Amino acid sequence: MADKDPFKGLAHEPGVAKPDPIIVADKVHRHFGGLTAVDVKHLEVQRHAITALIGPNGAGKSTFFNLLTGFDRPQSGEWFFNGKSLHGVTAANVARAGMVRTFQLTKALSRMTVIENMRLGATGQRGESFFPALIPGMWSTREKEITEQAEVLLERFKLIKLRDDFAGSLSGGQRKLLEMARALMSKPEIVMLDEPMAGVNPVLTESLLEHIVELKADGVTVLFVEHDMHMVRRISDWVVVMAQGTIIAEGPPETVMSNTAVQDAYLGAHHDTELPEEL
Amino acid sequence: MDFLVDALGEAFAPATAAFALAAIGLNFHFGMTGLLNMGHAGFMLIGMYGYAISTQNGAPIWLAVIVSMVCATILALLLGWPTLKLRGDYLAIVTIAAAEMVRFLGRSQSLVELTGASSGIRGTEFKGTFEDLSPFPDERVAVGPFEYHGSFSSSWWLRVVAWTIVALFALLFWRLSRSPWGRVLKGVREDEDAVRSLGKNVYWYKMQALVLGGVIGALGGVLWSLGAAVQPDSMGRPTTFWIWTLLLLGGAATIFGPILGSVLFWCALLVVRRVTSMVVPDTWIAQTELEPFSLMLVGVTLMVLVVFRPQGILGDRRELAING
Repeated sequence: MADKDPFKGLAHEPGVAKPDPIIVADKVHRHFGGLTAVDVKHLEVQRHAITALIGPNGAGKSTFFNLLTGFDRPQSGEWFFNGKSLHGVTAANVARAGMVRTFQLTKALSRMTVIENMRLGATGQRGESFFPALIPGMWSTREKEITEQAEVLLERFKLIKLRDDFAGSLSGGQRKLLEMARALMSKPEIVMLDEPMAGVNPVLTESLLEHIVELKADGVTVLFVEHDMHMVRRISDWVVVMAQGTIIAEGPPETVMSNTAVQDAYLGAHHDTELPEEL
Repeated sequence: MDFLVDALGEAFAPATAAFALAAIGLNFHFGMTGLLNMGHAGFMLIGMYGYAISTQNGAPIWLAVIVSMVCATILALLLGWPTLKLRGDYLAIVTIAAAEMVRFLGRSQSLVELTGASSGIRGTEFKGTFEDLSPFPDERVAVGPFEYHGSFSSSWWLRVVAWTIVALFALLFWRLSRSPWGRVLKGVREDEDAVRSLGKNVYWYKMQALVLGGVIGALGGVLWSLGAAVQPDSMGRPTTFWIWTLLLLGGAATIFGPILGSVLFWCALLVVRRVTSMVVPDTWIAQTELEPFSLMLVGVTLMVLVVFRPQGILGDRRELAING
C-alpha cells in the first residue's frame, strides 16, 4: 500500500523504535486496586500507518486507549503526541490537539439528527461560545462551511440519505460509520478506533475496512483496537499485541500471527477464537 | 360561568408568567442540557431575596435586578463546581438540598433583620421602585371582562412587564437552541463522553447552562414576588415540582412548552377548584381542603398525560420524552 515501507528493517520485538513516531508511550501503568490493567514499558506508533492493537479479552487494550486519549488517568507514566506530553491533558484537549477517538459501544447522539452529529464534530466554530451564539452573523458563514464538509463526508460514508434522520433510528453499523465520519470532521492527525468492527454485519464490515484504508491514503494515522485477527491482517501495516496489560509482541501481521507467544495468549485466554488457517 | 372568565384571567396572571419564566430557565437545564435540577425554587427564592433586600436598602431597580441575578449566579457556581464533574444524579441531590437550605436560611430567626424570617418581606416594602415606573393610572382599569389595578401589586403594569420578559427569554431560548452553542449542550444531554471526544469542554458548557437557567429562575422569582410577596415557604419543594410538571406538560426542549404548560397548569388548577366547590357538597370536602384536593386532581391529570404523551403537548417524542 505504501510507496516505501517505513517498517523495513525494524526488529519485530515489543517497544521497538519507529522512524517517525506520532505517539510515544513510556512506562504507562494503571491498576485498579490489586489488578494491573495496563503496564506498557514502551510503545511507539508510526505516523501515516495503520497500526492494530490486538489481544484477548481483558488484555487492557481499551484501558490503554482511554489512558492515551485522556479518558482515564494512569498511576504513573508519560506519553507523548507529536513530541508533546499529554500527561494531565483533558480528553477534550487531547481531541483538540488532533487525536480523536471513537468508542467500542457507539456513542451516536441519538436524539440529534445525523447532520447535527456531524456538525458537532467540527472545530473553529465561534458560535459554540455563548455570546457569539446570540449573533448568527458571527457564525453562519462557518456553519455553511461545516455543513458542506459534513455532507461530503456523509456522501463518502453513504449516510447522506439519512442526513435529517435522528441518529437513534440508525442501525448499529450505520452508527459506527457515523461515529467515524464525525471523528473526521475535525480533520484529526490520528484517529483511534475502539473495536470499529464489533457488532457490524459482514457487508458493512467490508465498507468499514475500505474506509479505514482510505483514511491512510488521506494521510491520517490510524490506531485501532480489534480482536478479530482476519480483519487485522487485511488492513494493518503493523500489529501490537497486548496480553495481561503488557505488550507481548510487535511486528507486521504475518510475523505476529506466527508468533507462539501470541498464539498462546489467544488460545490460552480465548481458546474459541478462530485463528487464520495458514498458521 | 364566572369561573371561565377567572380561568382566562389566570392564563395571563403574573404568577403564570413567573412560572413560565422559571420553567424556561429549567428548560435550559433539563430540556437542552439534561441537567437534573431538583431545586429550581431555590434559585427563584434567592432571586427574590436579592431583589427585595437590595431594594429595601435603597438600591435602584436596575441594581436590584442585577443583585438578584448575581445571587443566582453565585448559587449556580457553588452547586455546579463540585457536582457537574459527577454523574447527573448527584446534581439532583445537591440542588434539592441547596434549595431547602436557601429556604431555611431565609426563614431562620438569625437573619430576621434582612429576610423577615418565616413571615418574609411584605410587598409594600420592596414593590415601590417597580410600581413607580408604571405609565398606567393607579385606579382599577377594566379591559373587557378583566379588571385590575393599573400599577399596584397584581397590576396591568406587572402583567405587561412580566409577559414581555417571558417573550424575550423565549426568544433567547429559540436563538440559542438553534445555535452551535445549543448544539453542544444537546450533545452533552445525549452523551457527555462523545462530546468530550470531539474536543468540547463539557464541564464548562454544563456550568454555563446551570448559571443561565438559574439566573432565569431568579428573574422568575422576582416576577412572582412583585405579584405577591417574598415568602420563603411559597418556594418550597412543591414549587420545584410544579415547575417540572408544567415544563413536562408543555413539552421539554421546546420553545413554547414552558409557557403553554404554565398557562394550562394555572387555569386547570383554578377550574378544578371552582368546579369542585360547586359540585361537591361542603359535608364531603371542607372549603379549606379544596386547595390540596384540586392540586391532587391536577396531579392525577398530569400523570395521565405523562403516561400517554411523555413528550408533552408540544414535544417531539423522538427528541425528548420522559421515558427516554
